[in-house]
Amino acid sequence: MTDLRETAEEIHEQFAEQVDGLTVEEIEERLDTLVNDYRVPLDEATRSVESTYLEKAGMDREELGGGGNETVEVGTIDEDEQWVDVRAKVVELWEPRSESIAQVGLLGDESGTVKFVAFRTSDLPELEEGTVYALGNVVTDEYEGRYSVKLNRTTSITELDEEIEVGDGAVEVTGALVDIQSGSGLIKRCPEEGCTRVLQNGRCSEHGEVEGEFDLRIKGVLDDGDEIHEVIFGEEATEELTGISLAEAKEMAMDALDTTVVADEMRGTVLGRYYRVTGPELGRYVLADEVEELTGPVDAESTLIRARSI
Amino acid sequence: MSSNAIPTRKVARRVFASEFNDAGYTFKESDDERAPIYLLLPSGARANRVFVVGTLTEKEDIGEDSEYWRGRVVDPTGTFFVYAGQYQPDAAAMLRDLEPPAYVAIVGKPRTYEPEDSEEGDVLVSLRPESITVVDADTRDRWVVETAERTLDRIEAFDEEGNEYARMARERYDLPVETYRDRAIEALESLEDGQAPEPDAVDAD
Repeated sequence: MTDLRETAEEIHEQFAEQVDGLTVEEIEERLDTLVNDYRVPLDEATRSVESTYLEKAGMDREELGGGGNETVEVGTIDEDEQWVDVRAKVVELWEPRSESIAQVGLLGDESGTVKFVAFRTSDLPELEEGTVYALGNVVTDEYEGRYSVKLNRTTSITELDEEIEVGDGAVEVTGALVDIQSGSGLIKRCPEEGCTRVLQNGRCSEHGEVEGEFDLRIKGVLDDGDEIHEVIFGEEATEELTGISLAEAKEMAMDALDTTVVADEMRGTVLGRYYRVTGPELGRYVLADEVEELTGPVDAESTLIRARSI
Repeated sequence: MSSNAIPTRKVARRVFASEFNDAGYTFKESDDERAPIYLLLPSGARANRVFVVGTLTEKEDIGEDSEYWRGRVVDPTGTFFVYAGQYQPDAAAMLRDLEPPAYVAIVGKPRTYEPEDSEEGDVLVSLRPESITVVDADTRDRWVVETAERTLDRIEAFDEEGNEYARMARERYDLPVETYRDRAIEALESLEDGQAPEPDAVDAD
């Protein structure tokens, strides 16, 4: 589908109820004239066509947008450049680092939190920390796997007289543990202040050769046959998962004169078993706060009923 | 190697042995030599990796110059053939050390092989393990229920418009997907009465 057609359909959706007999073709023709005959950029053309219909319908521009959006939970935002509505509390306001930014901070709802940015040019009313708002027509943005929302001049801001319990963004994932990745088991970390990088052959990528400090962790893959989740188990979670403590791991490595025996032993105890893991998402990883092995009898009855009904 | 293209790990499909062994068509989705190879499942999905839990019933070193282990891993619908040699040292060591019968969980890649003396289209499907671990009966049962669920998911999606792999499966196999629902039902029923289904057995009652 062409950009023009797509834009025409979006505009049509916004005005179909207010303007009698409006067709997508008519809108597309107007856009086409502006874009192809008059060489007007598409966003300006869109604005111009919208203005035409706003006048016909006797509407204000503020009434536009927001209407057709989906209201999403901020913790579930996982796509770039989506126009959405959110209902969220301003958890924190940060100091803007740039002149162009009016406000920057953290929005939260039951599902978790997301960064938001409002630009000066959008000329929006200021948000207050601790207040819950309905924000209509914000656009999602992505940077290095982390999502944010941008407010813009079409964003509608409505203060809501309600309280939101902001979630910690923890997710629950289940599946079979199908892989333990390299860098798991008994590892050494850089002891430099503030640096906890994992050493490769005794070297830190930042500080060179250092006397490392032992730690336990597992970078594992939980797979439910539908999708995979990469999970990081820290020292505590690793001990809970494998029954091997840091002290025991060091002893094993000492006896074998080799640290890899620890990860090998762990593979044997945890691979191929089913787990439920709860914890926050960090980039592509879930950090395991709670780990539960799924054991005991399973109920085949509901699956049987499903199978017989197909 | 370009740093912006982190290859994404492929999901491990859940598939019963009967369906796995009915497959035989493999394909790549790009010309890149290192592009992942997929086995086309008859219920309409591509499998680059599978996760299997079953009973190791037999093992044998069939290697000539070096160790090459073949294991038979049985689920309620049939048998997976698992091959591990010098390039799968951990899996090969497991097969060497294990005493059948034992419940095992296997993560592995599907491989196909067409014997020279076979009739055309007679393709053997096997599993090249990435890992083999010993598990308990509950884990096996959980896998059976999960595999039934995933199989039903595929069957339900089989007639959906735009299901590319279902379209491929129709072209390549022409096998009725209802078969795999029936196999799933039998597998689930075997959990309830505690024994493997024997479709050919005559009920003595």
